[in-house]
Amino acid sequence: MPLKAASALSLNHRPCCTRTNDFSTGQESVQKAVNSKRPVNLDLSTIQFPLPAVTSIIHRITGVILFFGLIFAFWALDASLSSPAGFNAVRDTLANNVLAKLIAWGLLSALGYHFVAGIKHLIMDADIGVTLEGGVKKAQITIVLSALLIILSGVWVW
Amino acid sequence: MVTNITNLGRNGLSDWLIQRVSAVVLALYTLFLVGYLLFSPNLDYATWNGLFAQTWMRIFSLLAFISLAGHAWVGLWTVTTDYIKPTGIRIAAQSVIILAIFVFLVWGIQVLWGA
Repeated sequence: MPLKAASALSLNHRPCCTRTNDFSTGQESVQKAVNSKRPVNLDLSTIQFPLPAVTSIIHRITGVILFFGLIFAFWALDASLSSPAGFNAVRDTLANNVLAKLIAWGLLSALGYHFVAGIKHLIMDADIGVTLEGGVKKAQITIVLSALLIILSGVWVW
Repeated sequence: MVTNITNLGRNGLSDWLIQRVSAVVLALYTLFLVGYLLFSPNLDYATWNGLFAQTWMRIFSLLAFISLAGHAWVGLWTVTTDYIKPTGIRIAAQSVIILAIFVFLVWGIQVLWGA
């Protein structure tokens, strides 16, 4: 248990614990963990991220990707609605241009992932499975479902 | 309380709610458009244009575009605030983002009513 380890550390490193605690609520072990002079490692390159952290950062990355992808989405919508010729141009580009297909697949993949991870957020907002085990499980489900959507969107594009 | 001046709702709870409500709208709009395209394999210009000529679709689309603007603002504000520490660079990046969002919104409105 990390908390036990932390409180053990705090006992080792803080011989004097007479200061009055600022926290009026919470378990004693948490208070000890928060107030202890634990060694802090903020070098991200040496930290093994837990799966929920990885899914969270990908949620952010896909969000940024989707923002840049808006240029393509709005261009396609604009052109496809402007005239029959524009509609055909978008359709033919998506049907024949490999680069356009890759961009479409990439953006659909980002959208699929962002969608699934967003639903996960809403489920957490509803206070469902907000535990360490639940968080890992939901992160695993997010990976599996979005992988499925990425494959399906690839099938759709090609 | 520290009051932010570059985020959309001016406080975290407001931003939180904006992000959720806009997410639900965007999820529904995405499901509708993907479903529509999946079930219209031989889509032609007249049908596609006809869809966006209808009032309900324009309302739905405008709602989605406004939600997109809010969602992108809150999301990218969060990301830029977390990762870009120098104030000048962060304000510059956020200004460019807000300008881009405004351009997308006006572009979207023009597409909807110019079609």
